[in-house]
Amino acid sequence: MKILTGNDLRTGAVTWWNGSGWSPFVDDAVDVAEDAEEILAREEAARRVNVPYAIEASIDAEGHVRPAHIKDRVRALGPTVRRDLAVPTADKTGWDWVI
Amino acid sequence: MYRYDQYDQEMVEARVAEFRDQARRRLEGKLTEDQFKPLRLMNGLYLQLHAYMLRVAIPYGTLNARQMEMLADIADKYDRGYGHFTTRQNIQYNWIKLEDCADALADLATVEMHAIQTSGNCIRNISADHFAGAAADEVVDPRPYAELLRQWSSFHPEFTYLPRKFKIAVIASAKDRAAMRLHDIGIRIVKRNGEVGAEVYAGGGMGRTPMIAPLIRDFVPIDQLITYAEAALRVYNRYGRRDNKYKARIKILVHELGAAEYIRQVEEEFAHMLTVGVEPPREELARIAEYFAPPAFVDGPKTVDRSDPDFALWVDRNTHRHKHDAYVSAVISLKPAGGIPGDATSEQMRLVAKLAREYSFDELRVMHTQNLLLPHVRIADLHALWTALDEAGLGSPNMDTIEDIIACPGLDYCALANARSIPLAQRISERFAESGRTGELGELKLKISGCINACGHHHAGHIGILGVDKKGTENYQLSLGGSEAEDVSLAKITGPGFDEDGVIAAVEKVTDVYLTQRSDGERFLDTYRRIGMEPFKEALYG
Repeated sequence: MKILTGNDLRTGAVTWWNGSGWSPFVDDAVDVAEDAEEILAREEAARRVNVPYAIEASIDAEGHVRPAHIKDRVRALGPTVRRDLAVPTADKTGWDWVI
Repeated sequence: MYRYDQYDQEMVEARVAEFRDQARRRLEGKLTEDQFKPLRLMNGLYLQLHAYMLRVAIPYGTLNARQMEMLADIADKYDRGYGHFTTRQNIQYNWIKLEDCADALADLATVEMHAIQTSGNCIRNISADHFAGAAADEVVDPRPYAELLRQWSSFHPEFTYLPRKFKIAVIASAKDRAAMRLHDIGIRIVKRNGEVGAEVYAGGGMGRTPMIAPLIRDFVPIDQLITYAEAALRVYNRYGRRDNKYKARIKILVHELGAAEYIRQVEEEFAHMLTVGVEPPREELARIAEYFAPPAFVDGPKTVDRSDPDFALWVDRNTHRHKHDAYVSAVISLKPAGGIPGDATSEQMRLVAKLAREYSFDELRVMHTQNLLLPHVRIADLHALWTALDEAGLGSPNMDTIEDIIACPGLDYCALANARSIPLAQRISERFAESGRTGELGELKLKISGCINACGHHHAGHIGILGVDKKGTENYQLSLGGSEAEDVSLAKITGPGFDEDGVIAAVEKVTDVYLTQRSDGERFLDTYRRIGMEPFKEALYG
């Protein structure tokens, strides 16, 4: 699947396209399929998110969204060495999937 | 230490106002990211993996207690209660919001600090020997010359858009504690027949193409230093490659031209520039030097009570000989076993500021090794200082040991990184601390970078580790034999890389070889240089 991500303009926080807006939770990311370019162009113009881009991702057996690249997996939760600063998430599977 | 004059202060405040307007226009959607990016980078504001990152300049690593307290306040007010001290003697905040950044810069300006030229293709923060002004072995205090270079390079109209970033280090002793020859320009202040001058090196650097800077002039009279630096930069600015970012650093120009031809061109330009008259008046250097007058040292005990073995160990490892025999310089380790190298909480910063006031004439330093330093501590005060540090988790006795690891932020924070650096540093320091082998290993400098840009100085590590991306997973190349000191050398790769567990095991194997093979008094580096790579390769891959 293809999902969209970027960093919030005001705060710099990692953000994921949820179909109607931007969410801090990777699990909210939706498959944009062939609509990626159109949404990116529209969101670039809206200037709410810094340089949004499309990435490959998958859904695991429990329905969680998993970015394909390690860099985006680290972005999804926060620094692996400061888990106290992690993005709050309903994901109960812990950090094992990040690295 | 140096204090801003009205021009310094006005320039910094004007820049804050300018950036505030630029940020406002960006937030209002009037600037695109492409338009805004070069403007924010000129003010040290990056966009990293999780947030904006603000890099604040600490000129030649020197600051006072009030400034350190402001760094703590900024960590609390605009960030998440901590900061990261870097290998360029700066501090980085990892969670700054764009909407807060101008306020943070305004607060910094109230204590004569800024983030200007901490990014972009310009002359970056000038770094220096962290023991400057205190070291027993220095010829003179190099900081007045570093400050002169700072003033010359700040907002220099000709050098705002260089082919690539440009880093200068200044030292004034035979010992190199600033990786001087791994800088674009390295300057060693020397005395010849009583006259102060500069030995100048150019074309060093780490990154994807590491090079050791060759000597380009063995003596520049000190009242021609700025003119000579201007000449060296002018040749680079004119002929440095702008067509390829990976070949744009001065090291490539010096290498491709050959040192002799680069020197010829610099000398020609230097002769021309001497006729132009760009050198600041001598009175300006004298004015600056007054700010660096030594504090009022007093006599006192020259030894400590060594009955507490933990204290004695800290004294042995973390203090450095001072030019006044009743004083030492005391290293405050930001490398607790299992900790994040270079990170300090706001509480720790405030404590260090308080201790600087109490014990070090209101002065402290950031070391390129990502530690802090109180430069002038009475030997009589050392036990009280150590006690306070130890209670705050800042008393690790590990300077220049395998636990004193330099590590870049790596993939945990950095948008350029391919692999994480910090977890390796944590696991290695923890493992050696637990095993009790740290002391047995002696001086052993381990440096970790999360990508080829080498912010973790892995090329200069006695043991270096470089994180790479291997088909989407982290992989680590091990290298041996580097040094950024006066015996400068570049580390060589041992062979195929390892995964995270594998590289930690590899470091242990390498240290085993050293302990088996070393002769009396040999450091790891000495043994490596004597026996070569083969015994290590055999242990790793045989």
